[in-house]
Amino acid sequence: MNATKQLMIEAKGVQKWYPNGFHALRGVDLEVHRGEKVVIMGPSGSGKSTFLRTFNALEDYQEGKVVVDGMELNNDLRNIDAVRKEVGMVFQQFNLFPHLSVLDNLLLAPIWVRKRNRVEVEQQALALLERVGIAEQAHKFPGQLSGGQQQRVAIARALCMEPRLMLFDEPTSSLDPEKVREVLDVMRQLAIDGMTMVVVTHEVGFAREVADRVVLMDEGRVVEVAPPDQFFNHPEHERSKRFLAQIL
Amino acid sequence: MKRVTISLRRQLFATPADGIITVGLLALLSWAGFGVLNWAINSAQWLVVRANAAALTIGRYPEAQEWRLWLLLGMLTSLAGLSWGRLRGASGWPLNDRIAVCLLLALTLGVPPLLAFGPLNQMRLLFLLLILLLGRLAFSHRFSQVLSKRFGDWWALIWGVAYVFGLWLIAGGLGLQAVRPSDWGGLLFTLIITSLTLLLALPLGVILALGRRSSLPLFRYISVGIIELIRGAPLITLLFLGQNLVGFLAPNGLAPDRVWRATGVLTVFAAAYLAEAIRGGLNAIPRGQFEAARSLGLSSVNTMALVVMPQALKVALPAMGGQCISLLQDTTLLSIIGLFDLLGMARSVLANPDWLGRYAEVYLLLAVLYWCSCAALSLGSRALEKRLASPGLQSIPNPNERN
Amino acid sequence: MPVPWWRDNRKLGWLIQLVAGLFILFAIALLLGNLERNLARAGLQLTLGWLNQPAGFDIAETLLPYRASDSYGSALLAGFINTLRVVVSGLVLATALGVAVGAASFSGNPLLRGVTRVYVELIRNIPLLLQLVFWYFAVFLSLPSADQALHLPGMQLAKSGIYLFGADLVNGELVGGVRLSLELAALLTGLVIYSAAFIAEVVRGGIASVPLGQWEAAKSLGLKPLQILRLVVLPQALRVIVPGLNSQYISLAKNSSLAVAIGYPDLYAVAETTLNQTGRGIEVFLLLLVVYLMLDLVISVVMNAIDRLVRLQER
Repeated sequence: MNATKQLMIEAKGVQKWYPNGFHALRGVDLEVHRGEKVVIMGPSGSGKSTFLRTFNALEDYQEGKVVVDGMELNNDLRNIDAVRKEVGMVFQQFNLFPHLSVLDNLLLAPIWVRKRNRVEVEQQALALLERVGIAEQAHKFPGQLSGGQQQRVAIARALCMEPRLMLFDEPTSSLDPEKVREVLDVMRQLAIDGMTMVVVTHEVGFAREVADRVVLMDEGRVVEVAPPDQFFNHPEHERSKRFLAQIL
Repeated sequence: MKRVTISLRRQLFATPADGIITVGLLALLSWAGFGVLNWAINSAQWLVVRANAAALTIGRYPEAQEWRLWLLLGMLTSLAGLSWGRLRGASGWPLNDRIAVCLLLALTLGVPPLLAFGPLNQMRLLFLLLILLLGRLAFSHRFSQVLSKRFGDWWALIWGVAYVFGLWLIAGGLGLQAVRPSDWGGLLFTLIITSLTLLLALPLGVILALGRRSSLPLFRYISVGIIELIRGAPLITLLFLGQNLVGFLAPNGLAPDRVWRATGVLTVFAAAYLAEAIRGGLNAIPRGQFEAARSLGLSSVNTMALVVMPQALKVALPAMGGQCISLLQDTTLLSIIGLFDLLGMARSVLANPDWLGRYAEVYLLLAVLYWCSCAALSLGSRALEKRLASPGLQSIPNPNERN
Repeated sequence: MPVPWWRDNRKLGWLIQLVAGLFILFAIALLLGNLERNLARAGLQLTLGWLNQPAGFDIAETLLPYRASDSYGSALLAGFINTLRVVVSGLVLATALGVAVGAASFSGNPLLRGVTRVYVELIRNIPLLLQLVFWYFAVFLSLPSADQALHLPGMQLAKSGIYLFGADLVNGELVGGVRLSLELAALLTGLVIYSAAFIAEVVRGGIASVPLGQWEAAKSLGLKPLQILRLVVLPQALRVIVPGLNSQYISLAKNSSLAVAIGYPDLYAVAETTLNQTGRGIEVFLLLLVVYLMLDLVISVVMNAIDRLVRLQER
């Protein structure tokens, strides 16, 4: 019982077909324990983003099972809502709400979903903005911020809901190289603070430093799962070697 | 200044062809201009306007109750003045401002005597102008920051309450003597119908737009069907339908007043076009916005209301503004089915043997009235766009199409 | 544990549609029931047989021979043909004027640009119906009688009509040539001037969408402005213009129904008279709807074909 409680994500035999017939996920398994940092890598079209998005029901699946923090993600609306409250997501395109100020971006969900008091959430939000290093931008609008700043706001926005699990879908792929570092620093600190994280990324350096395990996906399947040392230096499978040859 | 004139002259006569065009146009314009002025001052008989000013502005509204309309006008002008004052924060205002003030002063001092309004009415109009300017001053500079922040959100509510209050003043009932819709006429009628239709069509348009994009086939097909059917039919046939066939569809021939039937048709008509404009706005919102909101745990309703709709409506604002202008112009069709909007009133005035043949005078006056109203709406919508634009947000270009 | 239906993501959609569908069917049934009852009471069961009955009213002008003793069907057909006359000529003239004005708004001559700007802004903000009644009552009805007809290049304007392509004064009347009734002339004038303003905006938008680089490259090749427009810019602008024209053409076709206000017997006008005489509201309305929708469809199909043509020539 205790072992299952520690399990943040349990995915077994997940299969997904898109409406046009494309077989995106061909039976993937994954277990993520509390406090673990898992990095998912793979060529484009491998299904890694799709797999990540099944963890907060942004994508559905036809076969298999995905259980997040003890709640099974099926077509039960109550489960879906419950899971989304506990899982935070950071997108490649930031997806900040441009019509709201930075502060209001953070406050929106806690007020409307967790029904919290605005004044107390504001304190928490400002503290979070401080933590990601942009407290002084609280009253600016997303359109006035640089890419790196926007992504850091996005992270703070997800954190404001006090999630137990954070998902990152290629968080630095849309950033200028100089800005990548500031976002990775925030993510690194988040990892040190103990957050359970699943990150889809191409940043090898980040994976080496932060990941507990690296997952390689290709063509809808999990090819290899291994700690970063082993994965990057002594990969087992042929496809892993080919992939690493391309990116390293 | 000199440089401008020199470069202008150079551009006007750059090539021989240009020169001919310039000279030709100047000749044409001056001939037409002088012709019109000559006609307006010498041969035109403006008595028809003076004599029928009341009919044209308020139709057959009982004279004893006119004070209610003046009260309404006073309330509207004060609110307008205050709103004007508030809007002066936006870019581009200060310079146009003073020109507008001078223009208004000139109009209020010059036109009523021209049209031989009685001294009482002239005083009233001047008083209204004073209220307007006072309102504008009240919100300028120092006050603007403080009060604007405090009352910002209440502003829409204030206008809403004022509108309902205004309707009560016009229609009566509950203490005031009731005045039936068939007695409202002229400009009053046009403005009421336009504003009422707009208010009703907006939510209906939102519903249709959402239905059009729904993932549920039933709602999608019904919405598409309604929208395409309405957009394909000429408005006059729909008004015709509303007048003649509602009686058939209602139980026992119980049908609402003709005015409300026409309003209903106009509402549905405007809603269909508004739906397309709003749909354009919704389409412009990237999927990521929906996904981010949902991943934060926001329900579908909250996602729409708090995240997507505010953005979509801002994008759709230019197109929606165009629809407002179209709606104002479409109210003229009410004259064909026998209702007394501004144009209908004008035609009934012209049918009076006393005023036979005075078409040009009356229609030109109407043209000026409509043009000013539409231009005002146009400016207002553009000012609203600027005001609502989130800082830093690139405005997504929207084809400002009016059908 | 099976998911209860009110929380089931997959079933909820169908359930909502089922309930909504039932409501809608119920409402329709109610309305149709009322319709049935009211029609029966008025003795007007839905039928099309009355189309063959003699119409009993005259139509002021028709292209086909028509007399008051002809059937309602013929009357409506005559009205439809009148509508087509206006729509087809209107489309051609409005397009010509609109393209000219739209192109002129890019001229180097600031006066010309200003005039086009004023024209568009003026016309767009005045209701079409007002413009139509103005043209008819204030302008065309005050034309002089035939013996003092106004002479413009190629046409003579008089109270009895507009005569194109040569007409001679015979016994105080103008005969010969092509005659347009005042009603048709006023309708066309108003409709064309109004629609051209909108078409000009569409054309302007299309030309503006062509990148400045195209102009510059053409100029540096030595082409003159009119040539640049014709050979380089307009073909590219057409991609944006054609869809916009589609909606403007449909607007024009629908606006032709305003003819009823100035006495031109188009389809709607004839239909209204028919309704007043027969009381057959539903059939007449459905007929009108079908015809106008067909007209829209034809215009859309043609414009879509042109659209595809314009695109094909791209590659």
